Amino acid sequence: MYIYDEIDQTMVDQRVSQFRDQVRRRVAGELSEDEFKPLRLMNGVYLQLHAYMLRVAIPYGTLSAEQLRKLAWIARKYDRGYGHFTTRQNLQYNWPKLEELPDLLAELASVQMHALQTSGNCIRNVTADQYAGVAADEVIDPRIHAEIIRQWSTLHPEFTFLPRKFKIAVTGAQTDRAAVKVHDIGLIAKRDAAGELGFEVIVGGGLGRTPMIGPTIRDFLPERHLLSYLEAILRVYNQLGRRDNMYKARVKILVHETGAEKFTEMVEREWEQIRDTAVDLPAGERERIAAFFNSPLYDKVEDAAGTLVRHKAEDANFAQWVDTNVAAHKADGYAIANISLKPIGGVPGDATAEQMDAVAALAERFSVSEIRVTHEQNLVLPHVRQDELYAVWQTLKSYDLHTPNLGLLSDMIACPGMDYCALANARSIPLAQEISERFADLDRQYDIGELKLKISGCINACGHHHVGHIGILGVDRKGEEYYQITLGGSGAEDASVGDIVGPAFPYDKVVNAIETLVDAYLDVRADGERFLDTYRRLGADPFKEALYGVN
Amino acid sequence: MTQQVISANRLGDGIVVYLAADSSWSESISGSVIALDETAADAMLAEAKQAEQDRVIIDPYLIDVAEVDGEVRPIKYREFIRATGPSVRPDLSKQNYVPDTGA
Repeated sequence: MYIYDEIDQTMVDQRVSQFRDQVRRRVAGELSEDEFKPLRLMNGVYLQLHAYMLRVAIPYGTLSAEQLRKLAWIARKYDRGYGHFTTRQNLQYNWPKLEELPDLLAELASVQMHALQTSGNCIRNVTADQYAGVAADEVIDPRIHAEIIRQWSTLHPEFTFLPRKFKIAVTGAQTDRAAVKVHDIGLIAKRDAAGELGFEVIVGGGLGRTPMIGPTIRDFLPERHLLSYLEAILRVYNQLGRRDNMYKARVKILVHETGAEKFTEMVEREWEQIRDTAVDLPAGERERIAAFFNSPLYDKVEDAAGTLVRHKAEDANFAQWVDTNVAAHKADGYAIANISLKPIGGVPGDATAEQMDAVAALAERFSVSEIRVTHEQNLVLPHVRQDELYAVWQTLKSYDLHTPNLGLLSDMIACPGMDYCALANARSIPLAQEISERFADLDRQYDIGELKLKISGCINACGHHHVGHIGILGVDRKGEEYYQITLGGSGAEDASVGDIVGPAFPYDKVVNAIETLVDAYLDVRADGERFLDTYRRLGADPFKEALYGVN
Repeated sequence: MTQQVISANRLGDGIVVYLAADSSWSESISGSVIALDETAADAMLAEAKQAEQDRVIIDPYLIDVAEVDGEVRPIKYREFIRATGPSVRPDLSKQNYVPDTGA
């Protein structure tokens, strides 16, 4: 993991001091709310429905056990005993007090954490593949460049007041677990024919009210030019992005209206001006940062796989969890253990302080003190010995963290919705809970197979509904909660935006509608087809007919 | 006119509050003063703006309410959730939540 140097630590400490003074001035009346609001937002402090909300940055979803333990401690001391992991790989506290926020931020800074750039029209927290460094199909650990981007973009003076917020995702693997095609910039690490490392650069993807799959503007950018190329993209956007209309201000609109080809020309032209200047990182500095992400020294364990097979044979519930939640690791004898934060009927992404402590303890004992947060609102222990998975599972079980549903229907994304969020038009969480309970029978979920269901409580799409195999969008219809259903979306390497299937449903009809869609799929699927595959093969007709009785 | 009360968030902790008859700010909507006409609503809003100036609360606004079985209830569901707490966490509702003071 990256460890702060003196510059990093000084910067976050100074920001805590500045914010402490800003809060003091606000409470003393030296700052009005209008003056204070942009300052608190720059420190991740929102005002939501019930209280202030703090969004804590978890850069590229990587946490140490010490950091997770601190997050648990903060949840107890300054909040109401829990936190919410988000689709930005961040953590949100729902009840912090303004007066206590400076102390809370100081606690975060003590473990090299902060809430900078988790709000505002700046480059937001960089996200990455949660299997970074351990995925078998990886070209390079994407956290190296995510960290380089974090350092470049943090308090970048030129990009602090962009036309709108800006999100960057990086993956080093062929399988896209970071939704790179629906980010403002998505980067996919690859090697060219000569074996040189570089990136495919995707610009102008996004969700929200205008969902778009980003076009690739460069098939191969040599790795050493990464920062100058990103700087060129941001400069073009900063200059030409629309500031007159916030709904048209994201880079996706600029790319779409300009045309990808012309946009690319502008970026390339800008890049020619700066590509050999000091913007790019010196090789030595790149190597210094990369060294933080060297693989740990893995144990050579005699027959770890054999021990796992024996444990599976002895305990069917454990075997079910391994088959569903455990992924292949690049090192012999190791595994990636996914921890579902979607117990049947639970709140997607919520974790209690006790659960956070339990995961931190497991990471310390079994996973080189490392934890990952996924954009699908789960946690990961990235380095678990196969012969120790059973011990991990037994602890997870005692904290209700053992639900074997990764990638299945009940492993859904849901935004906080109208239960917490000031922007929401409808609730998301109770709907997620009711759907999860309807499909509580895990055997039924296994039979259905991979099905990504994603729920947003408003058009801003924090719940990624556009890229759900089944997406649900809450809308307000004359004061009533209604839900629009989309089908056929994907946030993976086969990215697509879902199609609206038909008229929206009132709250109490949505769970039945989802069950109807699933049953329709089961009726017509071919062997080995996921829901998404069947939809792509047959189109919307069988689903429309099942839902509305007509094509 | 629809009956209205003033809602806001308290500056110090952000908690949802309502203007009460004695000009204090109640955490419970049952303690709110109800405007029955526009004149009363305007006067209450002016009082709330002053409280905002005085840094007691932020973002005050009028919400529509109705009295149901003798209880004040917001008409919009969003305001009902603000008045009661997250629908998915009854343990954190305004009625049930007891802060852990560590005592």
